[in-house]
Amino acid sequence: MNRLAIFGLVVVGILVIVALFAPLIATHDIGATNLGDRFMSPSAEHFFGTDATGRDVFSRVVYGARISLRVGLIVVAVSAFIGTVVGALAGYYGGWIDSIVSGYVFNVFLAFPGLLLAIAMVAFLGAGLNKLILALCIIGWVGYARVIRGQVLKVREYDFVQAARALGASDMRILFRHVLPNAIQPLIVQASLGMAGAVLSEAALSFLGLGVPPPAPSWGVMLEEARDLATLSSAPHTLIFPGIAVALSVLAFNFIGDGLRERLDPRQRSR
Amino acid sequence: MLSSRRKFNLVASALPSVSRSPLMKHKLFDYTRRFLLLLLVVWTVVSLVTLLIELVPGDPAVAILGEQATPEQIEQFREKHNLNRPAFFFTYAPNDAGNREFKWHGFDNRYIDYWRGILRGDMGNSFRTDRPVVDLVLSRYPATIQLAIAALLVAVALAIPLGVVAGKNRGTWVDNVLSVVALLGISLPSFVVGPALIYLFGVRLGWLAPSGRFHPEDIILPAVTLGAALSALLTRMVRSSVIEELGEDYVRTARAKGLSEGKVVYKHVLKNGLIPVVTILGLQLGVLLAGAIITEKIFNWPGLGLLLIDDGIGKRDYRLVQGCVLVISVTYIFANTMTDIVYRWLDPRIRLS
Repeated sequence: MNRLAIFGLVVVGILVIVALFAPLIATHDIGATNLGDRFMSPSAEHFFGTDATGRDVFSRVVYGARISLRVGLIVVAVSAFIGTVVGALAGYYGGWIDSIVSGYVFNVFLAFPGLLLAIAMVAFLGAGLNKLILALCIIGWVGYARVIRGQVLKVREYDFVQAARALGASDMRILFRHVLPNAIQPLIVQASLGMAGAVLSEAALSFLGLGVPPPAPSWGVMLEEARDLATLSSAPHTLIFPGIAVALSVLAFNFIGDGLRERLDPRQRSR
Repeated sequence: MLSSRRKFNLVASALPSVSRSPLMKHKLFDYTRRFLLLLLVVWTVVSLVTLLIELVPGDPAVAILGEQATPEQIEQFREKHNLNRPAFFFTYAPNDAGNREFKWHGFDNRYIDYWRGILRGDMGNSFRTDRPVVDLVLSRYPATIQLAIAALLVAVALAIPLGVVAGKNRGTWVDNVLSVVALLGISLPSFVVGPALIYLFGVRLGWLAPSGRFHPEDIILPAVTLGAALSALLTRMVRSSVIEELGEDYVRTARAKGLSEGKVVYKHVLKNGLIPVVTILGLQLGVLLAGAIITEKIFNWPGLGLLLIDDGIGKRDYRLVQGCVLVISVTYIFANTMTDIVYRWLDPRIRLS
């Protein structure tokens, strides 16, 4: 593992701990407004200062980790599952299934900028955490399906697969016992990059007002509130801390993904 | 005839990823297939955009007119925007008796209506303003394209010199610093970079207006925000291209005949190294169009993205949302197709792969 990937693992570790123990780590009630204490600079009382309604930014950033990780985990798990099933079936059986999936479905999804499709879905479904997760899963699974299909296409030609077939193993047994375990490595890379993408998309959609509705301490929501000119000029820390949180999380997952890919594919190491 | 074809095949098999089938026939087939696929994709995009409106929970008319609207107003609205007509060729909905019933409506449906609107060139009428959607979209289109191109220019202007410097000084501290900066640029989202730039240049220094599109210089901050991530990505690509090309024989030849280092890099290395960069640029033009949605929102830049978010989604003007999504997607598809063509033309080796 390279140093950047280690850094990524450490950051993600911290993120998970913060999300799990948010009630213990947060110093203030995340919903408690106090107009007398608005726009306070970072201090011993408020580590990250306070926002336009006097809420404690540190506590909100801490709770924001929960939303980001929850969205990321659900989106990655669901998309990876659907993508694996579809990609494996298309790659293994080939024929018309593969023609439809890789020739048509993949191209249709490639034709939309991912974010636009998510925005469109949420626009029609209405904003909300669950709808956001649904939209991100719908745009997310294709990436996994492509990766798995490519791997399965390669692995199914290997000798041990032919041997299993010669021994009379069923298609399902060959696919799940022999092909998929050998096709799974790139999936882990994709999942790690997918976490970065999901965290980023959640923040982006919440920032646009299409994700988690405002009182919730989503980092995207906090950034949107910090964008207001009055807030920005008197309390830039309301922008800086959630911004650092988003950037660090995205960076960390990307580092892990890159590190894993490098490790799994030695040809890329020289780059 | 046969021998010449065999000769061609031998040559072809020596090159990576060139098809071995007879040249012209395959080429035509390949392009036809691609074109048909493109039509199919565009058709799917339009269909999705048309049918997505059915996902709106409840009645769009009520959503727009509000709960206080009288039944007459709602009926009038539905009549005006053809919302009374069936959504698709068939429906499978509860009838008066409450049982689900399959019903065939023929061509008298909203799906066909929307296609008619597109072919007529107005894309339907906006729910809010009653103006043809195409007018609204076209009035905002130039601002978005302008922003995307400006962002592209910013990205290229930063990435080529930085990438060359990093590649030429591979492994030194200059390279390391640039790598870290590039990584930061890739991971900092535009909705962090944008407000930070507004704070720095708009609020603190007061050099530029924090938002809007009134003066020529107003484009600087949005363009930098939108181009930052792309510029970081390109820097990394230019760097690895330069490193790869510097190891080629022609570089040694060029140096041996006494060319200056600047000439070697900018006349020879860059020319070859930029081919993969061009592809990324084209593909990223589409990404920029999508990313512009967020950037336009941050800077109140009156483009398609702001139209989509504020006027479309914000005011529940679903017809307008359809139009914006459609135009952004089709522009994206067009940009990607053009990139594909230019890339093939630039690099004959992949022309037929």
